[in-house]
Amino acid sequence: MNVADAALPGSPVACGGCGVPVAHESAAGHVCGTAPYLDDIPVPRGTLHAAPVCAGVAHGRLRGVDGEAALALPGVRAVVTARDVVGEGFFPTPARDEPVFPTEEIAYEGQVVALVVADDERTARAAARAVRLEIEPLPAVLDVHVAHAQQHYVLPPVHVCRGDPDAALARAPHRLQGRFSAGGQEHYYLETQAALAIPVEGHQWHICSSTQHPGEVQHWVAHALGVAAHDVRVECRRMGGGFGGKETQAGQVAVWAAVAAQRVGAPVKLRLDRDEDFRITGKRHPFHYAYDVGFDDDGVVQALALTMWVDCGFSADLSGPVADRAVFHADNAYFIPHVALHSYRCRTHKTSFTAFRGFGGPQGMLAIETVLGDVARCLGLDPLQVRLRNLYRDAPAVPWTAPLPPHHHPVPPRCDTTPYGMRVEDNILEPLLQTLAQRCRYAERRAAIAAWNAQQPVVQRGLALTPVKFGISFTATHFNQAGALVHVYTDGSVLVNHGGTEMGQGLHTKVAQIVAETLGVPLTRVRVSASDTARVPNASATAASSGTDLNGRAAERAAQRIRERLARFVAEQDGCAPEDVRFAHGVVVSPVAQRTFDDVVRLAYAARVQLWSDGFYRTPKIHYDRATLTGRPFYYFAYGAACTEVAIDTTTGELRVLAVDVLHDVGRSINPAIDIGQIEGGFVQGMGWLTTEELVWREDGSLWTTGASTYKIPTAGDIPAHWCIELWPEPNREDNVYGSKAVGEPPFMLALSVWEAIRDAVASARRRAALPVDRPLPLDAPATPERIWRACNQP
Amino acid sequence: MHDTSLEPPPSAPPPLPLVHRGRVTMLHGIAPDRTLLSVLREELGLTAVKEGCASGDCGACTVAVADVTTDGALRWRALNSCLRLAHSVAGCAVWTSADLVHDPLIAKTTDLHPVQEAMRACHASQCGFCTPGFVMSLFVAYQRRAGEGLGHEEAVRVLSGNLCRCTGYRPILDAARAMDDYPRAAMDEARLRDLVAQADAARGDAPQGSTYLAPRTLADALTARARWPQAMVVAGGTDAALALTKRQARWDRVLDVSRCDALTAVSVGSDDTGPYLRIGAAVTLEQAWSVLAERWPRLGPFADRFAGEPIRHGGTLGGNVVNGSPIGDSMPVLIALGARVVLQRLDADAGLQTRTVLIEDFYLGYRRTALRGDELLTAVDVPLREPLPEVAAYKIAKRHEDDISTVSLAAAWRLDPDGAVQHVRIGVGGVAATPVRATAAEAQLLHRPWGRDALQRAAAALQASVQPLDDGRASAGYRRAMLGALLMRLAQTTEPGVPGVIASTAVGGLESVAPIAVDVELQGEPS
Repeated sequence: MNVADAALPGSPVACGGCGVPVAHESAAGHVCGTAPYLDDIPVPRGTLHAAPVCAGVAHGRLRGVDGEAALALPGVRAVVTARDVVGEGFFPTPARDEPVFPTEEIAYEGQVVALVVADDERTARAAARAVRLEIEPLPAVLDVHVAHAQQHYVLPPVHVCRGDPDAALARAPHRLQGRFSAGGQEHYYLETQAALAIPVEGHQWHICSSTQHPGEVQHWVAHALGVAAHDVRVECRRMGGGFGGKETQAGQVAVWAAVAAQRVGAPVKLRLDRDEDFRITGKRHPFHYAYDVGFDDDGVVQALALTMWVDCGFSADLSGPVADRAVFHADNAYFIPHVALHSYRCRTHKTSFTAFRGFGGPQGMLAIETVLGDVARCLGLDPLQVRLRNLYRDAPAVPWTAPLPPHHHPVPPRCDTTPYGMRVEDNILEPLLQTLAQRCRYAERRAAIAAWNAQQPVVQRGLALTPVKFGISFTATHFNQAGALVHVYTDGSVLVNHGGTEMGQGLHTKVAQIVAETLGVPLTRVRVSASDTARVPNASATAASSGTDLNGRAAERAAQRIRERLARFVAEQDGCAPEDVRFAHGVVVSPVAQRTFDDVVRLAYAARVQLWSDGFYRTPKIHYDRATLTGRPFYYFAYGAACTEVAIDTTTGELRVLAVDVLHDVGRSINPAIDIGQIEGGFVQGMGWLTTEELVWREDGSLWTTGASTYKIPTAGDIPAHWCIELWPEPNREDNVYGSKAVGEPPFMLALSVWEAIRDAVASARRRAALPVDRPLPLDAPATPERIWRACNQP
Repeated sequence: MHDTSLEPPPSAPPPLPLVHRGRVTMLHGIAPDRTLLSVLREELGLTAVKEGCASGDCGACTVAVADVTTDGALRWRALNSCLRLAHSVAGCAVWTSADLVHDPLIAKTTDLHPVQEAMRACHASQCGFCTPGFVMSLFVAYQRRAGEGLGHEEAVRVLSGNLCRCTGYRPILDAARAMDDYPRAAMDEARLRDLVAQADAARGDAPQGSTYLAPRTLADALTARARWPQAMVVAGGTDAALALTKRQARWDRVLDVSRCDALTAVSVGSDDTGPYLRIGAAVTLEQAWSVLAERWPRLGPFADRFAGEPIRHGGTLGGNVVNGSPIGDSMPVLIALGARVVLQRLDADAGLQTRTVLIEDFYLGYRRTALRGDELLTAVDVPLREPLPEVAAYKIAKRHEDDISTVSLAAAWRLDPDGAVQHVRIGVGGVAATPVRATAAEAQLLHRPWGRDALQRAAAALQASVQPLDDGRASAGYRRAMLGALLMRLAQTTEPGVPGVIASTAVGGLESVAPIAVDVELQGEPS
């Protein structure tokens, strides 16, 4: 499209409907610093400030809380403990295993035992250090293997099996066995967790919370305060980043603020500082893996047995669905005929690991990509060739049976069917990978890198092209619903409220574009209001990449209903059929007349036409059996691939990511600028998880990395010199809003190409050093300089 | 404009004048240990400035500060307001991102400042929380330059102290390049200078009983030091303020030496040891390193890895040295250069007392130094005896930008005409409770031909002579190995190149490695 022509007044670009790369709805507020976050909201007169008192012991028995010294300090109003919880003392999670404040057992070092409430934040925080906790220490379980040996689980193990993996492994021409691990990851949202609890009349509460899930905050606060849901209104205008870290974890902070406010009878704000946020809140789950893979001479996998030990921390939180999603994604893009997946949800005395972008998907996919890299090196084959040979394929007319023993397998698996029994119907993997390989000149660079590496004594390069296939939908089927409320005011301006939350991902921008497109009005006429449980009830978390799919469609339906009413009204006036009335660019056109949208609205109001509507959406087709993990948990898959080139210094283990080419599937993009932003941001975040971001615990179970000085997320200097993102040019094959696909999480896993490129470079270094490369490479994630250096030099 | 009628009582904080939005704003009763961040947010309601980490690592709190230096230049700095004491910018002009559209001194071309316009147009904000800090880092770069967009390397340097968790940085780097494509938003510098002069005058000389002492002369500084030995001595405060933000410390009285002319000067002197470069203790890290890199260009890339830009603008060389962290980045280089610290005090009878101590002798133990309770570290002297030695410095860290060293190593050496080592000094960090001089390694090099063999022996001697730290950054074994690796890198970078093999630069083996067989270009939009 010619941009100059497209930007004419009244054109789609000027109107900012779907498909246009308009700026984020808050961009001007962001750059001026005038977009308020929770801590910027003016507080009511008399607002007090709370600070947490952390246990300081990883496991123990709580004998007493002595707040006397804290209470003696000027400006201190209260020390709040479990005794002050009027409602139930446990958060109403399915497992009910997390107390609001502990009464007996201390379960991790950062556990919040009490709060100090004071006139200002600094006083509260200083006084929190004066609270004396009497804790009898007990032995702590910090290692998943110890937890597993003791069957110390937060939830029962899950096993998914297909075919006869033991026999297929025994029969396979080649077999590899390996073990490795992947560390956790701190969300490092720039805005730390915060909530403001304001008592209002008649035992009602107004909670401002930096949360991805206002509905859950409402539910939890009501539960802890002993009031009904309709007494608690939760509002969130925006978060300074979420990434899954404010899905459940915002709930505790809001409940603590509310319990403190109930106790002192005044508004209370609780804002964790960075160190507290690190110590207290959950992070991405660390995983340990053991695999046993059987494959043929071409690298085609015949059987895989994979065990995943998931470090869940002290409570279940979302560990069940996270570990499930790791199981669902342990195949990534590959058909594995015989497979056994074992998932152990280990309980350790650490912070409760929680949702983080990808939600177990990255951990599952890391396993199979690592396995395939090892398989390729074992055979001396190009890893891309091995990956291509193992991709899911559309099922042949005759079911694929060749290497399977019929007596072991009554229903031979089809090569388009996942281990959990879902057919991959929208498969674009092969053309997508081939297209990217051509565009980034994979083969040419592979040869050039091999030649270069042969000459260089110190620096070695690596290259890898890896796919992503990511299932879209909450695996908890009932979360796949959404509501919205669209108001058209008499001046023709539009206000949209929906159940989703804005954490920077551009959800409000996309929903506004969808509503503008549906009503045929310029984007400037549409405003999205703060998320508010009083307007749209029972909304699911904004999570699982589903924000736009669910809320966008709900808002679209609400807008459609208003448009239909206006079309009927115009049709009656003009004596035509409602279908003949068109809405576009702020103008309403019938075969008889042309009016502005604003005029039509004014006339319709005078004629008593309802100018607002609700909208509701539930995702079709999905179902699955939680006991066996089989069915169709996902509405569709989002696909992508990335090719990454890295260089390592083999004498120090230092790393540079040099070049990245991405081809990613967002369906028909509602906003290409926002989608590309999600792809780039997700990639860099995934790169951080696999490279510099290392969580380190001390032997006593306390976290060593509790701040930005020790925990290193990528900086501007870490991004590649060559950085090319392209979008796959095809709408979603399923009926999804505007033909789009979800984009929040899938790009995170494009960074697995960084991991595999590092391992490629390490393998090259090992070859030069005459160290074996036909066995699994000895490297754990994150690949810090020390780990890379060891992998290059370890026999 | 300012209020002089209220003379502070003997033990009260002085008034705090700031140039803000085209006028001098007077604040009263600001405690000496309040950070600039808390004063901007809580006293002035400027919530555009955010707390992200309260440790100077993330840059969400970055503000622009301008003052006039002793030589009359308008000095622009991006500072971490979370670690900056509010009183330390008394008399300066301060901007948050909200001020760029409200400051009458800035000629408005559109609703947004060009920096903001570029950030918006490039889709450089997602959640927006870090954005005001990025805007201010770019704004300072905008003011410091004549109007050509930032190149990639310069942009990375300018943004090295700003973390973004959403965007992946590409659009922000695009904005750094594009911000000068918009019509220039000129700053009325003449008016700014007037206002800064007014505000500086309003600051006045804090009376002796003040709880925030910011003396302008060395004599006053040393008098205050002797009079209030318990007062917290700060220069840039980038390390000291962590006690406030991380350990909830309270300071009743502060002695801020950063306004003291004698401590902010760079000069060349000479004594019986020969000529030397004297860097005042309160000279910023940025200025100190640029002075060193002028003489030893290979230190430039090493200096760029010292923390992030706002810390380099705020922190001081003397502060880094006096804090004595075993992983501070200045000390290994200063040890290699044979630098001395200048320690001064005012004796009631004998007057000004000065002693100089070699850097490596200054440290007695973990964060313990030879500084007396009534002394100030006033300068660092770097010998300039000709011919100047060659210098190289390396740093290993988990992350390239804005990270504390796992290990650092600096070497200075001079060869005689035959190629034998005539002089050598090696300083290392991260391998003991203090920064150390690697004398055992030096002994393996002295009077021997410079090259791989000698450096190999030096590496073995060095590795055998240290007890490296073992912590979350790295194991002791890795650190020990890295000492050898860095000396081998020194060999690699100073020996004649092997044909066909990339030449490593002073910083590291990866610095000159570019992607293979693809055109290096930044591309954001789909084709």
